Amino acid sequence: MSNIVVKAENISKQYRLGVVSGKSLSEDVKRLIYKLSGKADPLAAISEVNDRTIKGGSEYVWALKNIDFEVNRGEVMGIIGRNGAGKSTLLKILSRVTTPTTGTIKAKGRIASLLEVGTGFHPELTGRENVFLNGAVLGMSKSEIKRKFDEIVEFSGVARYIDTPVKRYSSGMYVRLAFAVAAHLEPEILIIDEVLAVGDSEFQKKCLGKMKEVAGGGRTVLFVSHNMGAVSDICHKAILIEKGEVTKSGEANEVIAHYVNQTLHYDLTKADTLKDPEFRRGNGEIRFKNISLQNADHTDQNEYYPGDHVKIKCSCTVQQPVDELFFLFALRSSLSRETVASTGRISIKPNGNEFEFVVELPDLNLHQGVYETYYWLGSSSNELPYDVVDNLTAPLVVKMPENQLWLPSGYFTLDSKLIQ
Amino acid sequence: MTEHEHWDIEIKPKTNWFRFNLREVWAYRDLISQFVRRDIVAVYKQTLLGPVWFLIQPILTTVVFTFIFGRIAKLAPGQVPDVLFYMAGIIPWTYFSECLIKTSTTFTGNASIYGKVYFPRLVIPISVVFSSLAKFGVQMILFLGTYLYYVLFMDYQPVANATLFLFPLVILLMGGLGLSLGIFISSLTTKYRDLGFLVAFGVDLLKFASTLVFPFSIIMSQTQKTIIGLNPMTSVIETFRYGFLGEKAAVFSWEALAYSTSFMGIMFVVAVLIFNRVEKSFMDTV
Repeated sequence: MSNIVVKAENISKQYRLGVVSGKSLSEDVKRLIYKLSGKADPLAAISEVNDRTIKGGSEYVWALKNIDFEVNRGEVMGIIGRNGAGKSTLLKILSRVTTPTTGTIKAKGRIASLLEVGTGFHPELTGRENVFLNGAVLGMSKSEIKRKFDEIVEFSGVARYIDTPVKRYSSGMYVRLAFAVAAHLEPEILIIDEVLAVGDSEFQKKCLGKMKEVAGGGRTVLFVSHNMGAVSDICHKAILIEKGEVTKSGEANEVIAHYVNQTLHYDLTKADTLKDPEFRRGNGEIRFKNISLQNADHTDQNEYYPGDHVKIKCSCTVQQPVDELFFLFALRSSLSRETVASTGRISIKPNGNEFEFVVELPDLNLHQGVYETYYWLGSSSNELPYDVVDNLTAPLVVKMPENQLWLPSGYFTLDSKLIQ
Repeated sequence: MTEHEHWDIEIKPKTNWFRFNLREVWAYRDLISQFVRRDIVAVYKQTLLGPVWFLIQPILTTVVFTFIFGRIAKLAPGQVPDVLFYMAGIIPWTYFSECLIKTSTTFTGNASIYGKVYFPRLVIPISVVFSSLAKFGVQMILFLGTYLYYVLFMDYQPVANATLFLFPLVILLMGGLGLSLGIFISSLTTKYRDLGFLVAFGVDLLKFASTLVFPFSIIMSQTQKTIIGLNPMTSVIETFRYGFLGEKAAVFSWEALAYSTSFMGIMFVVAVLIFNRVEKSFMDTV
């Protein structure tokens, strides 16, 4: 007896795009005629790959194509990918909401799916009535729900409102109650789609904790999420779906890194705005002429891994000669625009009308992400700086290492005197 | 991996026409009872009279029918109270038509819940039949109360007879016919909704092709008798009326009852087969 509890073989799903109309009727008739005469479905052949961004010629599309995977007992598998990649279609097939066009999925034990919280909740019914209704929809028996009722209410934290119709609930309370019911399901295989995107952070933590507990209890979980933190936290392994196909599978952290690094990509061929003075600040007495990020081998590059050696190479032209000037380099998070790292003011003594300097970051100590760059040249006084290049050049991209978990280090030291 | 490993669930593109799992429906009986409860309780939340509203519709319909068809058109048999005659037709007809109309939108109306979670799809139409049965039960109390009133205060001689023992069969026929026709229509309207438009007024018209507004004995021509008799609900109404009101109100015939029963049986099997076929992937087209 093998340990595999879910086994998907060659799963494909074809969808027809557009609206149902007279044309779809004629296509149905065509299919029927081919089927009756024992030939293969002519419309399967013309299907195109699932890419939502490109307007294709065919009205048929493979939402999923040749998906294979196996999940062992007690394993938590994450399913990740961009919007429209086919994750939800796969979950729909797994939860038996629809059937695959080809392929088979075999499973051992009960499958319960949580594609949405509060499926079947009726607004007019009270919280108590809805717990019973929703529990039954999810496949629990009445005695099972009765037994767990107090636990469910306690987990949800809405005990006070349990006899009030749920239409009076805040959306957060509604979701808490709904998730509480689902969290107390005890199937052998649990399928969860992105339900943690709701609720406050305290409740989200509670849910993740519960999911870990479920998985720890020997049950198998398939989990779709865009929250990479959650996936890496609770999943043992993961599959990445792109355009309807599994492009990577394996250890959760490896797959996540592969996926995250795809989004962490910056096109270097983008126009270099450094030559256009329009966006520049500063008095222009000294100007940056060229700026580049280089690796240890002096090659221009803007994608790095934590721990890499990065060189910032600048060349400048001088209009008004000075004895000393200061350079500052900073990195800003491209999401929050907060400064996350800076060199501080570095003193530079220029010689001649053109000069060059290199500032080194020997051990890149940053978490993965895209960082906007900020270059500053100024004098020691608080006058107008000479030149500022703010987010005009390619950003610094820090990628995620695929085989080990990387954490920023080096900030803390142990005070040995305090150890008793 | 051995070839003989046991798998509890197999998800495949197409399933056999004749593979349906009634045991699974039974396993979900708690869900049926929850749906029945929801259907009954939710409708009359925030009303003061609650289930009393179940009585308004048959009362008003009986009043109108008695006035129009009984008094003006003089279609009622006359030897039995018009009110009892019409009520004995309206109540079973209401149960049948409610089962039919409500289950005819099973797929389209429940797509949001079917699309999110798996349970045997038949659970919803079956629960409709039971929640309508509860409504029918309340209306039966109204009928029996009215009947008693006529016996006690209007000198009506009760003629209730042994046909009443067929009452369980009558209920089965009403619910079964409504369910079968309903899920049949529902299965045919997942992709092309056209047929759905026919249902509401079709059922309304079918009403007049039964003996709802006139007694069977009024029909003279054999052809007309056959046409009216083809409606499987005719014998149901006739049996119901015959049981309570006797031969002056209705014609009882074993043949007609056997026809309706076999009609229901065949229709039920066909409908469940098609429903079973459609339920696997209707989510893609609904």
